[in-house]
Amino acid sequence: MKFSRSAGVLLLLLVSFALPRPAVGHGFAGARFFPATLSTDDPFVNDELSLPTVSTIQTAEGRETTIAVEIAKRITPNFGIELTEEFIHLNPKHEQETSGFGNFELSAKYQFFTSVEQEAILSLGAEVEIGGTGQQRVDADSFSTWTPAFFFGKGFGDLPDTLSLLRPVALTGVLGVSIPSSVSTRSDDEIERHPDVLQYGFALEYSLIYLQEQVKDVGLRAPLDRLIPLVEFSFETPLNRGQSGETTGTINPGIIWSSKYVQVGVEAMIPINKHTGESVGVIGQVHFYLDDLFPRSLGRPLFGYR
Amino acid sequence: MQKPVIVFVVIVLSLMSPTARVQAHAFLVRAEPRVGSKVNKPPTELCVWFSETVQPGASSIKVFDASGKQVDKKDTHSDRTNRAVLCVSLIPAHTPGTYNVIWRVTSLDTHVTNGRFTFQTLQRTADPR
Repeated sequence: MKFSRSAGVLLLLLVSFALPRPAVGHGFAGARFFPATLSTDDPFVNDELSLPTVSTIQTAEGRETTIAVEIAKRITPNFGIELTEEFIHLNPKHEQETSGFGNFELSAKYQFFTSVEQEAILSLGAEVEIGGTGQQRVDADSFSTWTPAFFFGKGFGDLPDTLSLLRPVALTGVLGVSIPSSVSTRSDDEIERHPDVLQYGFALEYSLIYLQEQVKDVGLRAPLDRLIPLVEFSFETPLNRGQSGETTGTINPGIIWSSKYVQVGVEAMIPINKHTGESVGVIGQVHFYLDDLFPRSLGRPLFGYR
Repeated sequence: MQKPVIVFVVIVLSLMSPTARVQAHAFLVRAEPRVGSKVNKPPTELCVWFSETVQPGASSIKVFDASGKQVDKKDTHSDRTNRAVLCVSLIPAHTPGTYNVIWRVTSLDTHVTNGRFTFQTLQRTADPR
């Protein structure tokens, strides 16, 4: 009776995906609103558009500037997909500058746990960078890379009264492993090896929105009452093929301003070592809440909405 | 490079245009008594100002004293002149202490938001004779 058991599990999954849920959207867990972070993936599924995310940093090879567009769409209230494309401009130190599109990225995420009381979210997801869809002149890989990942978000609104001023703190994060579909490639008689890479990062936030709404009205008025100062930590560590342990990453202090329909964020990108970069970079993002802009069309899940 | 910039500007302007603007998630703007405040006299009414018009029938404000006893009159209603304001009447309280406010509102586009905050009263009300 293997079939009936598998069918039962499948049916259960389909029902859990398609169960009617009230409109929530955004990154809510109870009273907690999680903004979309700039450098680390969010733990929630949503209907949102990042247009654009611009970053620039000086690396050991030269300056790298990217302009990315990302759209996230909920299929059901708890399951969504994301599409990302990136335009890359490279200005190497000893070569001619060049630009072009990176590989197309497609990802899916399932938010399997949301706790209203604990302001917590847990999700599982997977991303594929589709090899050969970008341009080789900006080093787009000819092979695909898969990245399964675990996401979490936790607000600290459940702290006791004695620590009430820490209730606006929230932590979100991601842990994943990038697995290339090709372990090595050959170019000009040189073999380049492609390791599996541990991807991990988190964002520590202090929401002035939460402070004003839930803890204490300290008299902030617009636009200051919509600010969320944060620090993001984004790292990657190769795991094998002769490159294990060479961690690169950035620490990004910055600020997000969230309004009704759009949020704007900017962060400094501080390299953690010379492998990552030689000077402080910057990343900025304009991010639209499609669930608020188009609540009856583009901004709602395709299925399971009531 | 000009063409992508023009396309970008057009998309951003269309997203931010008045025709695209509808209702959004309702956030708390302010409350009276104020969030986390200390007031001398126990209030007879608590009001919350939201960023959006809310549906009073699908929204509620509940107020509890420190012992967990509900001290509102369960009559959450919107302000006649401002549909983004919800108020609830309070049972005259005699005990100084901390009061917990729990709100849950549905905006016109059916987005649900909720939250909680506290305020404190410092003095007893005069005994009504």
